[in-house]
Amino acid sequence: MSPLNTYPNIDRPDDFYAELLALHEGRSKAESELINSRLILLLANHIGNRQVLSAAMRAALDPGAKEVADTKA
Amino acid sequence: MNKIFETPIYEYARSSDQDAVAPVRHSVVVVGAGPVGLAAAIDLAQQDIPVVVLDDNDKVSFGSRAICFAKRPLEILDRLGCAQPMVDKGVVWDTGKVFRDTRQIYGFELLPESEHHRPAFINLQQYYFEEFLVRRIRELQAAGKPVDLRGGNHLAAVGQHDTYVSLEIDTPEGPYNLEAEWLIACDGAKSATRTMLGLDFEGRVFEDNFLIADTIMEADFPTERWFWFDPPFNRGQSALLHKQPDNVWRIDFQLGWNIDREEELKPENVRRRLRAMLGEETKFELEWTSIYTFQCCRMEKFRYGRVLFAGDAAHQVSPFGARGANSGLQDTDNLVWKLKLVLDGKAPDALLDSYSDERVLGADENLLNSTRSTDFITPKSEASRNFRDAVLDLAEAYDFARPLVNTGRLSLPCIYDGSSLNGPDCAGLPPNLRPGAPAVDAPLADGWLLERLGNRFQLLAIGAPAPSDLEDGGITVETLKVDAAANQTLARRYLGDEKAAIYLLRPDQHVVARWREFDRDAVIAALKTATARV
Repeated sequence: MSPLNTYPNIDRPDDFYAELLALHEGRSKAESELINSRLILLLANHIGNRQVLSAAMRAALDPGAKEVADTKA
Repeated sequence: MNKIFETPIYEYARSSDQDAVAPVRHSVVVVGAGPVGLAAAIDLAQQDIPVVVLDDNDKVSFGSRAICFAKRPLEILDRLGCAQPMVDKGVVWDTGKVFRDTRQIYGFELLPESEHHRPAFINLQQYYFEEFLVRRIRELQAAGKPVDLRGGNHLAAVGQHDTYVSLEIDTPEGPYNLEAEWLIACDGAKSATRTMLGLDFEGRVFEDNFLIADTIMEADFPTERWFWFDPPFNRGQSALLHKQPDNVWRIDFQLGWNIDREEELKPENVRRRLRAMLGEETKFELEWTSIYTFQCCRMEKFRYGRVLFAGDAAHQVSPFGARGANSGLQDTDNLVWKLKLVLDGKAPDALLDSYSDERVLGADENLLNSTRSTDFITPKSEASRNFRDAVLDLAEAYDFARPLVNTGRLSLPCIYDGSSLNGPDCAGLPPNLRPGAPAVDAPLADGWLLERLGNRFQLLAIGAPAPSDLEDGGITVETLKVDAAANQTLARRYLGDEKAAIYLLRPDQHVVARWREFDRDAVIAALKTATARV
């Protein structure tokens, strides 16, 4: 069983999404990619749990990968 | 085919004002007989405030235009005495589905909470909506209410003075002049009143075109809002399908920025698009087609001296989320009771500044939401498109991504947090009914709560004693007493875990202040605050 929470967990999701986009406003493609990479590393460190990180990586690679999708939070 | 929008229903007729030696002065003149101007006129006439409505046209909206009317505007229309025929005629819906390419990625339901009089949304063509409003005006006229709807009256010039506004009006029989103590400009996104007064309308233009094809067909699509990202029949763009009364379906195709408008609007090209979407065998007729672009902008203030701006004249949003006509109806709902108190000499005209403050707040909320929806539907940068596509990639399999899919957010009424009219709050009561919030509906033994509220200040006394009425400065507050034990839904919504509460409500059903028990001095102080008499 994957421990990755794939159920809504972000307070005021529209505000979060707008903040995420604002991060990239006026940036070049290379800058944006670097910002995203740094963001992933920061969030990964915050999560810490290797099982969760592996499950998230599998889900990102193949959305709907069964082992992740079948899990209830 | 429906030709109601081609039939004059308030034809030009000569007014005695045109034969007056000196310009006749009216209490209120409304410019524009669209949904917002007509609603303003009904509200004023119901309060016995004489009102003249001017429009250069004499027909209802050409084409369906605004088609979604949300719960709060329907509640306002109940107060205006015309929601029921709209709900009867309209298509009630509460389910939306989102598709990508050929697959449904998820569905959602609006207003899961039951025990409300009005549904989350109805779909109704703007021409019907306006026709019902005009009928209501005719009803009020028959009952002797002071409302005059003048078609073929084109506002040619407007002048601001200290105590009135001067108007120059062109008619088929030549020009005449009028004066108004107050002018409400409801003359749409291209407001001539705004232009003539040299006022700014600042914002952001979105570089995109949308084709509306109102299609008449016998189709067995369910009564749901369907939204497509990148469908096979409109590659790389979006599309929308929504049902209206009389088997008319609103179909929207996103076209992109660099298009040939004339070419796209040719009936054979619209039909080609529709056949690709609906299949070769579906028989349909076109009722109305149009290509629209939009901008998101607003005026800095909605009050300039004796001119008050409402609806699209004051603020324009993208169509995603049904925030145009819906917010305009909330504008005049906010304005008319204030105007009445000022006209009656019971409140200073500073009360009207709160109209601007509160509705600017509402407009900003709508602008924020509709801009975000637009950014999701038509991403303008590569990073934005990548995140959008990533959300869509994940949304089918993972619940968490669904709240991030934004095809238009449910239009909820604005809570006037921080308004100068708000009185004290009371800890422990439900936060969604804090000062500034609109009253929430609930069933009563013999009807609905909201049917008993509005048009005057009221105390809603739930499980707490309060006098049947009180008065201050000529303003009366009537009490509506509700037994908490016998009205459990209402008690749950208004009390939460508390046993009793006293709510002071404005004539537009918004909460001024609330307490655990009645305190005359506190209520009078809050009433003064809510009427700018401080």
